[in-house]
Amino acid sequence: MKLKLSSLRWHASAFSLELSIETEGRAIGLFGNSGAGKTTLIELIAGLRRPDAGSISLDQIVLCDTADGRYIPPELRCVGYVPQDGALFPHLTVHANLVYGVRRRSRLDGTEDTPDGKIPITLESIIERLDIAALLQRQVTHLSGGERQRVTLARALLASPRLLLLDEPLSSLDADHKAAVFPLLQRIRDEFGVPLVYVSHAPEDFFALCDQVMVLSEGRCQAAGAPAEIFSARPSIGYQLAANRSNARV
Amino acid sequence: MDATLYITLFSLGVAALGTLLILPGGVALGWLLARRRWYGKALVETLVALPLVMPPVATGLILLKLLGRRGPLGEFLEAVGWDIVFTWKAVVIAAAVMAIPLLVRNARVAFEEVPERLEQVARTLGAGPWRVFFTITLPLASRGLCAGGVLAFARALGEFGATAMVAGFVPGETVTLSLGIYHQVQLGRDTEAFLLLGISASLAFGAVILSELLLRKRRLPRND
Repeated sequence: MKLKLSSLRWHASAFSLELSIETEGRAIGLFGNSGAGKTTLIELIAGLRRPDAGSISLDQIVLCDTADGRYIPPELRCVGYVPQDGALFPHLTVHANLVYGVRRRSRLDGTEDTPDGKIPITLESIIERLDIAALLQRQVTHLSGGERQRVTLARALLASPRLLLLDEPLSSLDADHKAAVFPLLQRIRDEFGVPLVYVSHAPEDFFALCDQVMVLSEGRCQAAGAPAEIFSARPSIGYQLAANRSNARV
Repeated sequence: MDATLYITLFSLGVAALGTLLILPGGVALGWLLARRRWYGKALVETLVALPLVMPPVATGLILLKLLGRRGPLGEFLEAVGWDIVFTWKAVVIAAAVMAIPLLVRNARVAFEEVPERLEQVARTLGAGPWRVFFTITLPLASRGLCAGGVLAFARALGEFGATAMVAGFVPGETVTLSLGIYHQVQLGRDTEAFLLLGISASLAFGAVILSELLLRKRRLPRND
């Protein structure tokens, strides 16, 4: 997956995001303090916000470009989105949540084929791989944190996304649940062949999941590269962000 | 038919019809106020709230001037053969106008309480705006909307001032529970007045209880 952000600008009253970057990988990490612009960028890629200027391209497809007024609405982008809280529909059962987006959609480039050597995305394959068979008839309000995130991931996958945006999907889980859910992200990337954009505050997550990491700070890209390059060669980034978080809590 | 039963059924019918009349527009306006920014929004919010704070008789006078034979609307309606003032139709219109604020305000709150995040996620799952509205927004707001509808119905049921002004007291044509109570008291018939009072209070009590139950049972996401 190649993600290209050209002169992207988005502005709100107390915050502005300005990015120009081209990155490529099976999983791209977004790292930064609270308020750095990670969620805003995710929402711009998903089509939930419109940029004030610039363009976003995914592989060969231009998702939006203010120069020619092009804007593909979120329902046609085939870009999945998993927010921090999962956002399961509380009035529906787990099964109804799963099949909400299951309609097969033609991808923007006309392809629907499963990548070579990858598992086709079907209800059965997702239920099996994400181990949610026992949950299907439950109301989502009765699920534990880990179960909720598994169902959320399954629902997003069943919409056959060409890219899956994960906005701190594990941040609300305790260590045990996180250890159980994290391998599923690697499965989604490797077994189903769905590229990821992954937001996290934990540098160790990027080593295990991402080929590339973008470090955001106050709406700007501070650094980009392989996780080892970002965090090992320049550990101050991680320390700095950790220190800022500690200060913010005090 | 017994006069008391007739007045009760007439009042219920008028209140139901008035509520149904404003339901589609009231729900749509509640959604627009909750979910969209638009020019003139504050003015519309104020206008919608006016019947709540203005003397009902004043609202009734405005309706009378609008719908009377020499009024801007009344002239047109008369031309197409519709006589509104001092008929049952005027009672319905007065009830509807007085119920609008409660319906719109409750609809707005009901829509505001549906997390936008759910609608956004539904969009990324391939649902267009209409599908999102009918499968996510409306079901999650439905109890709040029903509660608003019930409160609007109760308000319409108890309407007096505007109705008296625009529909007058025409036995068998425009007499509601409220007008009936006033009329019986004027005639010194306390027993009849208290009977109508009891019916009116019971219906209002039932409506408020129902709206409270609906509001308590809303199934919105927990904040934990």
